[in-house]
Amino acid sequence: MALFRMSPKAMQVVIVATALSATAQAAGASDSFMDPQGPIAAVQKVHLLRATVLILLAVVPVLVLVPLIAFRYRRRKESGAIYRPKWDFSGPLEFVMWGVPVLIVVLLSFYLWKATHRLDPYSDRFGEMPALNVQVVGLDWKWLFIYPDLGIASVGELGIPVKQQVAMTLTTDTVMQSFMIPALAGQIYAMPGMTTELHVVSDVAATMQGENTQYNGRGFTKQKFQTVAMSAEEFNEWVDEVRSNGVALNDETYRILAMRTDRDEVQAALGTAQMPDNALYFTLEDSNLFHSIVHRYHGNNALTADQQPGTVEFGQEAQQ
Amino acid sequence: MTTNGSGFFGRLNWDAFPITGLIQNPNTNEIVANTAAAIVIVGVIVVVGSLTWFRLWGPLWRDWLTSADHKKIGIMYIVFAIVMLARGVLEGVVMRAQQAAGPGDGFLEAEHFAELFSTHGTIMIFFVAVPFVFGLANFLIPLMIGARDVAFPVMNQISLGLTVSAGMMLMVSLVVGEFSTGGWTAYPPYTGAAFNPGVGPDYWIWAIVVSGVGTTLTGINFAVTIYKLRAPGMKFMRLPMYCWTIICSSILIVFAMPPLGVAALMLAADRYLDFHFFTNDLGGNMMNYANMFWLFGHPEVYLLVLPAYGIYSEVFATFSAKRLYGYNSLVIATMSIAVLSFTVWLHHFFTMGQSALINAVFGIATMLIAIPTGVKVYDWMATLFRGRIRFSVPMLYGLSFLMLFVIGGLSGVILANPTVDYQVHNTLFLVAHFHNVLLPGVLFGLLAGYNYWFPKAFGFRLNEFWGRVSVALWTVGFMLTFLPLYFVGLMGMPRRSFSWEDPSFHPYMIVAVVGALIILAALLSVIVQLWVSIRDREKARVPVGDPWDAHTLEWSIPAPPPSYNFAIVPHVTDRDDFAAAKERGNAYPSPDAYEDISLSLNTGIGFSLCVLSGVWMFALVWWIWWLAALMTIFMLAAFIAWTFKAETERVIPADDVRKQHEAWLDLVHNSTPVDRDHETAPENRGLARPDLEAVT
Repeated sequence: MALFRMSPKAMQVVIVATALSATAQAAGASDSFMDPQGPIAAVQKVHLLRATVLILLAVVPVLVLVPLIAFRYRRRKESGAIYRPKWDFSGPLEFVMWGVPVLIVVLLSFYLWKATHRLDPYSDRFGEMPALNVQVVGLDWKWLFIYPDLGIASVGELGIPVKQQVAMTLTTDTVMQSFMIPALAGQIYAMPGMTTELHVVSDVAATMQGENTQYNGRGFTKQKFQTVAMSAEEFNEWVDEVRSNGVALNDETYRILAMRTDRDEVQAALGTAQMPDNALYFTLEDSNLFHSIVHRYHGNNALTADQQPGTVEFGQEAQQ
Repeated sequence: MTTNGSGFFGRLNWDAFPITGLIQNPNTNEIVANTAAAIVIVGVIVVVGSLTWFRLWGPLWRDWLTSADHKKIGIMYIVFAIVMLARGVLEGVVMRAQQAAGPGDGFLEAEHFAELFSTHGTIMIFFVAVPFVFGLANFLIPLMIGARDVAFPVMNQISLGLTVSAGMMLMVSLVVGEFSTGGWTAYPPYTGAAFNPGVGPDYWIWAIVVSGVGTTLTGINFAVTIYKLRAPGMKFMRLPMYCWTIICSSILIVFAMPPLGVAALMLAADRYLDFHFFTNDLGGNMMNYANMFWLFGHPEVYLLVLPAYGIYSEVFATFSAKRLYGYNSLVIATMSIAVLSFTVWLHHFFTMGQSALINAVFGIATMLIAIPTGVKVYDWMATLFRGRIRFSVPMLYGLSFLMLFVIGGLSGVILANPTVDYQVHNTLFLVAHFHNVLLPGVLFGLLAGYNYWFPKAFGFRLNEFWGRVSVALWTVGFMLTFLPLYFVGLMGMPRRSFSWEDPSFHPYMIVAVVGALIILAALLSVIVQLWVSIRDREKARVPVGDPWDAHTLEWSIPAPPPSYNFAIVPHVTDRDDFAAAKERGNAYPSPDAYEDISLSLNTGIGFSLCVLSGVWMFALVWWIWWLAALMTIFMLAAFIAWTFKAETERVIPADDVRKQHEAWLDLVHNSTPVDRDHETAPENRGLARPDLEAVT
């Protein structure tokens, strides 16, 4: 009975540890919310574990009782077990059968309601203000990060300051994509002509993988990037580095960037010796770039194929 | 490939054939593609060759292709489903092998891998699960409710024809051109003309539209059959549980298939006619597609799994030698699931940016489904409780289902939480979840039903040993293949990844490919079981028709049943009417009088529409406009010509019915009843003896 004298918190730890040690260990990679680097992913993980334990209340009896019943009531001529071929209803049993799932679902719904509102990707409750604004553009097959207030942009590397809230606005300039940095927060779709929002915050200085999870063609699995969370000073240095080493992001460079190319191909096309091997740095010429990308799809004329990034006609690696 | 479609054969040219790619650029990827094409071609040659060699064209045409008998149509559905299952499983194995060949790029090209996951999903849902479910239901529904056929026998035949021709499009796409790379959901704008100008999405669109018409007609047919053709006394609350699940399934079909057909046709309008429903520009909006697709897509999974629940209900009751526990509860639970399944579609895109309020509401609605589903599982356990459980093949599938399905339920309720879904959406966790409900849920149920009702359809039992081997292989194969994917999904591996880099995924990928090979062995064991059973059929005959001491009406008639099913339409007085009759000792009454029976005449309309719609789809895919127009005219003409046929029914004289029925009754009276000890022995001729007494 020692278990029942433990504090609720300690008990939760015990239950979680015993029921889910396999999951937690197996999924202990650094690019997952199982190893969270920020408060949002951390709460998501706790929510997963709590929901799992609650659901197991309904599942474990099945896993235990089915083999027991099957063994106890297996057909034998001299079986001592009770046999009631006509028995097909029991009020109290029915009450339990409906009651237990209802109770569990009520409890789960309570947590679901709370967590869904608390962790809404549009909500800005986590992280220190003022937020760092980042505009994210999905291209085939790379992500472009625009820092409108800092006048810079990058591809392949998303630099963010630790503890500070990062407020992202997302769109794509091609097909639908889904943006995710698992160690920080969940994913959100990015869609052409529309914007969605995502708020993330990192607790520690770390490098985390980000990705697109929505299949969009040949370069899909290479559409990854590094999220680098840095201290405030390091972040400022990083911004300076991007600004001084970046090439201008203008119509010409954006057109090359937006072609059907994966990270390696676009690095070869636009990278310079001053940039890292796996990232492109830009200085922003037009602070309205993001809006003009979104508004590309709101004109009164149909886009021809060579005006639509992501199509073969717009350009791809072979044509460079 | 050229997209210029002005020639006589539209945009069809030599580049469309995979052999061209092999000659120009021989590599593993091309070899895999050509092997697949070769399997299709060799398969066709073998089938055509053996039909000719054994002179079977005549019987095939007379007894099967033109038959409007629901039993034969049901069997043809299942044959089709198993052929497509073979392709789907092979594709699954190739995909698992590709991912196991990582880290790195494996042996397939990205686009080829994308075709594989697109065809795999499309085939498994629309051309394996759906036709298998329909095949069983076609065979069983009239037999269970005491009817002589479905309400619209010819429409039934047309449904089959359209489903098969649509499935054939997926086979053709292996040999001519390529299939879509947009997944089974075919989300625009990716599948739009701007980003995918080739023929792939068009193959998908027309296969979905045509099979969707067939499916909708079947839903109408089943619903009307159960509403209108029940035998006297077969009240709704006396229907076998399986029939209830088919009613719910039919309702889902009738309401859920139209959004899919409309969405696919709107996508076709975008691609063919320069519309802008889902394009990026001119006000198109792909979110509308997502909503319509899942407005269909979620009820779809329940229209597949509910009939499987029905099968399990029959199997658990029969092989526990008990009445089904909680009939009313199960009916209410089934109906609740059917209704709720229309209220949860948004959980397929929690991550599309709608408000927390909307996500929370749909998340809770999704969780509500867990309540009736949980009740069902407990009801089945109560059915086993205090029974006399026989571990026959269907029962083993059922027990495996109970244990594995609750794990799928667990991951399902986890996914219902938007908070968690934001993390595991689009990852292998989701892939593991839906395979967890579709394999142990739907496929095991269908295989249980196949083993359970096979003797009714063909007059002999399936081999027990190979059946058990199958259960073991499917169960182990499923666990090894898909349980690791839960972990890889939590670790963040996106679905549809043809390559990956993280070394920690590696062990899981290896286990999964071993599992996939075991699943392949499981599929082979099903085929071996069939072959061995046909070889040894004389030792397993059950002409009397009740090999399992079962409860429902279909077991009260000969196996295989006569074309008219029931010599005398039964008068139903009890829920388990046949069980009650056996108890009273008058399960095989001699009727006083017989009457003439009319049945549908054979007709070629279903087959004609199958072929014509197939050519029509092909012409549309390749922009061969003159051919498409011609086929449209032919289809209309064939249908109109058919409506002019004055004679649609043949009459079986009462005297013939009497002779046949009395011969069978003689057989019943001269057979030795067996108890359950001899269930799998040659002595079991299908006449059951009262087994064990109640022990309280």
